Amino acid sequence: MKKSINGSTLKKFITLALTFAIVQVLVSTNIINDYIFSTLATICINIILATSLNLITGFTGQFSLGHAGFMSIGAYTCAIITLRNPTMLGFVIGALAGAMLAAFIGFFVGLPTLRLKGDYLAIATLGMSEIIRILFINLDSVTNGAAGLSGIPQFINWGWLFVFTAGTIILLNNFIKSSYGRACISLREDEIAAESMGINSTKYKVIAFVTGAFFAGIAGAVYSSYYYFLEPNLFNFQKSIDILVIVVLGGLGSLSGSVIAAILLALISTYLQSFPELRMVIYAILLIVIMLFRPQGIMGSKELSLTVFKKWTRGLRDKKNGGVA
Amino acid sequence: MLEITNLNVHFGVIHAIKGISLTVNEGEIVTLIGANGAGKTTTLRTISGLKKPTSGTITFEGNDITNLDARQRVKIGISQVPEGRRVFSTMTVLENLELGAYLRRDKAGINKDYQMVFERFPILADRKKQMAGTLSGGEQQMLAMGRALMSRPKLLFLDEPSMGLAPLLVQEIFDIIKDINDKGTTILLVEQNASMALQIADRAYVMETGKITLSGTGKELIQSEEIKKAYLGG
Repeated sequence: MKKSINGSTLKKFITLALTFAIVQVLVSTNIINDYIFSTLATICINIILATSLNLITGFTGQFSLGHAGFMSIGAYTCAIITLRNPTMLGFVIGALAGAMLAAFIGFFVGLPTLRLKGDYLAIATLGMSEIIRILFINLDSVTNGAAGLSGIPQFINWGWLFVFTAGTIILLNNFIKSSYGRACISLREDEIAAESMGINSTKYKVIAFVTGAFFAGIAGAVYSSYYYFLEPNLFNFQKSIDILVIVVLGGLGSLSGSVIAAILLALISTYLQSFPELRMVIYAILLIVIMLFRPQGIMGSKELSLTVFKKWTRGLRDKKNGGVA
Repeated sequence: MLEITNLNVHFGVIHAIKGISLTVNEGEIVTLIGANGAGKTTTLRTISGLKKPTSGTITFEGNDITNLDARQRVKIGISQVPEGRRVFSTMTVLENLELGAYLRRDKAGINKDYQMVFERFPILADRKKQMAGTLSGGEQQMLAMGRALMSRPKLLFLDEPSMGLAPLLVQEIFDIIKDINDKGTTILLVEQNASMALQIADRAYVMETGKITLSGTGKELIQSEEIKKAYLGG
């Protein structure tokens, strides 16, 4: 039993290392040029945002509309710190500080609202992210107001993108597989039943919400350091909806679904840049079509794993053998 | 074992439970019967800590538990099978049982109790890895009971275990309830199926519009003209 667990961890590790190495080679040989790399960065940032929102909305069942707000806290905190201290260490500290601050604000918004049953969280988080945006517009001395911060030192390369994205997915996956994660899922399934099992609903909702906010802060930090320009209106209500679209499209309660949807949407929107007039129309029609044919999202609540492939290929092989014999 | 005195519960301005008192002694099966909307489920939810009473006291094994929250009540040995089963439908049977033992930390004991549950409900052992939502109504009821047993309750509440089940299954579920009781768990049973409930109950309370209007042993109530007329269709 133990051996097989180690085996699958090893396989996962090899897959990750291979992904990293292949892209790294492509980047250094300039096959992935700056243009493609910017799509790659968008994909990675969206993966971090979508998987962390999926923890809140997909796994724990709490509807949050404030993810852009948490992202902006991470982005501005990291930007302000790296502007004062333009070193690699400054960036790492900035990213962590941004994430912590986002988690902290998440705790203060979450604690009072998550005690209530119902969709109060959606309204509270919507209000919170608007307040944060207005604050950033008006705090001229720190954030340079509506004109935005520019010239933020760029530290994001493929290595960092990979570390943050893979790190987020691994940590969230471990969280969901733990007993904490199971408690969160049970709250989504049936809050009353979960409470009568002795699960403290407020506690687990707050834990999921704060964790989600933390990773949104990380995504913001990565964003600020890659795009080296920030303005408050990047993080408006529309941005929160964009993240929600990825989560719903990928499947509520599926991390791999969020990853697939983030990649798919980024590719579609990059491709559609050649048709600027029709871009949003086609994008919207595609979303409608996908949701019509797969209302549960691309992955539903299932996860993509190597065993699925194995079962599938074994099924094919068995069929073949059966046919021959 | 459980003693409720003068319990009042409000939903906003609606006075749902109007000063009821009831006792459950150790080892008994006590049933609470009554029509829809009489306040049976509210009473159970108040005792298990999911709803706060406006006044009155609840004591369990001599300790006042009125102000404990649901979690602490599970810890001291009160567990419930909620109305409508409420299994976690996208989780497997095994994960459901695991959540039933959420507050326990004794691994060995938990593993032993899985075996206990699987022995009592062999069908669940066959469906260990199956999603709970794909089970039939009867199997879900068994799972909900197994899940509640995983917390090793001294006192088990069952809220309408016969709801939506075929008559044959209802009999089976009631046999199991009797058996759980024989093995030492005290039971408080809320039912609409009054005749079945009265047959296995040691004592019974009848609830009407938030008040207890009648009480007695199961046998007494089954004979009572009033009950026959109102609940047994006689």
